[in-house]
Amino acid sequence: MTTMTNSTDGLAAQKSRDTGIMATSYLTIARPPHELILESGEKLGPVTLAYETYGCLNTAKSNAILVLHALSGDAHAAGYHQGADNPGWWHNMIGPGKAFDTDRYFVVCSNVIGGCKGSTGPSSINPQSGQPYGLDFPVISVKDMVQAQSCLLDYLGIDKLLCAAGGSMGGMQVLQWAVSFPERVRAAIPIATAAKHSPQQIAFNEVGRQAIMADPNWNGGRYYNTAPPARGLAVARMIGHITYMSDASMAAKFGRRTQNGGQGVKFSPEFEVEGYLQYRGDNFIKRFDANSYLYITEALDHFDIANGSSLSEVLGKATGTSFLVIAFKSDWLYPAYQSLEIVKACQRANLDVTYCEVNSTYGHDAFLIEIEEEEHLIKHFLRRVSGD
Amino acid sequence: MIKLETTLLAQPLRPDHKAILNLVPSGASVLDLGCGNGELLFHLINLKGISGRGVEIDEQSIYQCVSLGLSVSHQDIDDCLAEYGDASFDYVVLNQSLQQVRQFEPVLKEALRVGRKVIVGFPNFAYIKARCQIFFSGHTPVTPSLPYQWYDTPNLHFLSIADFIQYCRQNNLRVEKTVYLDAKREIRLWPNLLAQTGIFVLAGRTEDPARQRSLAGGKLKR
Repeated sequence: MTTMTNSTDGLAAQKSRDTGIMATSYLTIARPPHELILESGEKLGPVTLAYETYGCLNTAKSNAILVLHALSGDAHAAGYHQGADNPGWWHNMIGPGKAFDTDRYFVVCSNVIGGCKGSTGPSSINPQSGQPYGLDFPVISVKDMVQAQSCLLDYLGIDKLLCAAGGSMGGMQVLQWAVSFPERVRAAIPIATAAKHSPQQIAFNEVGRQAIMADPNWNGGRYYNTAPPARGLAVARMIGHITYMSDASMAAKFGRRTQNGGQGVKFSPEFEVEGYLQYRGDNFIKRFDANSYLYITEALDHFDIANGSSLSEVLGKATGTSFLVIAFKSDWLYPAYQSLEIVKACQRANLDVTYCEVNSTYGHDAFLIEIEEEEHLIKHFLRRVSGD
Repeated sequence: MIKLETTLLAQPLRPDHKAILNLVPSGASVLDLGCGNGELLFHLINLKGISGRGVEIDEQSIYQCVSLGLSVSHQDIDDCLAEYGDASFDYVVLNQSLQQVRQFEPVLKEALRVGRKVIVGFPNFAYIKARCQIFFSGHTPVTPSLPYQWYDTPNLHFLSIADFIQYCRQNNLRVEKTVYLDAKREIRLWPNLLAQTGIFVLAGRTEDPARQRSLAGGKLKR
């Protein structure tokens, strides 16, 4: 009896920390002739942005936090969609009493442009042809993603963000926000990210892109009326997942354990780690567009916030922005030295910066998993910058 | 969080912290190298209205600093100073940390470049109890200010107050002020024998007296 009561209490407590049932909203901006001018000089419009919000905007409109998703993420950051088994991608960080406390803050998350989760991307209909864009979709950059998000904030009536926060590609958008709109960002939390991609990071992305383009179904990006390049995209995702984990976290999760007693068909997945990667790959093709993968990884590889200038000079524009930079010890995809480069640039520019390298064995994935430390850092940092 | 702050405010100040609070003028900008759990920075901010940053190598201490609302960086003192310009802080504090850095001289030199003044606080190895332990029992001393066993100590440099005075003289470092402490009070007589802790205020290498006079607080961007 006692046990039952406890578990019910636990469940209720868990639910009270949730944001509840959520639905994605859509905003269409940049209708011709007011298209978005992209960094490449090309025009894109109309542009639809998928977004979700959690919590309430206060009357002073001073409690807004923009959370920015990683490569394969979407606008659904927290809560559950109707009938869904899995919550949003940062569910354990966003909600009442959590790191991004929705009792205090108004949290906004939007899908990036170029994506395939409700925002305009290569799988969207090109108004000029009536067909999906495919490779006619213009090259987009992290700066373009941020520019589109700024239109969303205008629409929501938010002049200044209390904070922009995100991991990995989300962290790059955070840096871009601080540089593109320094006066609109009170605080920035770039997590497990880099000011620019290293050759190694570009190399992994290139292998993923080559896998997609080597799939005959890819067909120069024209596959929206035929079978998609599922195998290529699945392989790209498998490579991605290898880089998101660490040697230690793989060893802990799979060891050298085999499935089916090791008596499989020749070259069928035998080791558990093989089965896991296949499962991840197969899952991904159901929810992600191969062309979006190409466009977004390309945007990441070309991202270089300093762009030839010194990093401290460029970040130094954000004179009124406080930074919380978080890295994870076992993250070898975005190693801590890349976060430290950001920190040191902030220090050179005399910006307010807090830095922590969290001891974690989860690799790059840690920013989604290592919740306790991350929550502690973010919660207290936000209290300081919001003046509570 | 509030609980931790209240507890800190209710606790009596550590004697070395009290001494440093007396040495730092209100409104100064301070870089605390090896800020530990952030106690000193917290008091400096709350009681003296300084603007402060901390550097600390221990991860758990970083979490405590952040919960105190401090701006801290998880870095090694041995290579964290190159980013700061000359005289970019009014005070650089190395309290109970300089004896733990690998490269004593380069760190002190850099601190004297980055700070207009540098406050150094360290345990006195020539304290009478330490002397007695070596002399009478032949053991490596364990005292309240040197509480570690020889096999488990973060300290890398064992120096006495006399050593540091000699070092400053040999390197033409201007000592502006000294405070010597035992467990509870200031020591004025025979500090190298009777003090557990020595605290020195050194003039930075780039100190400019005119600029020093016009020193106004809150220079740091927050």
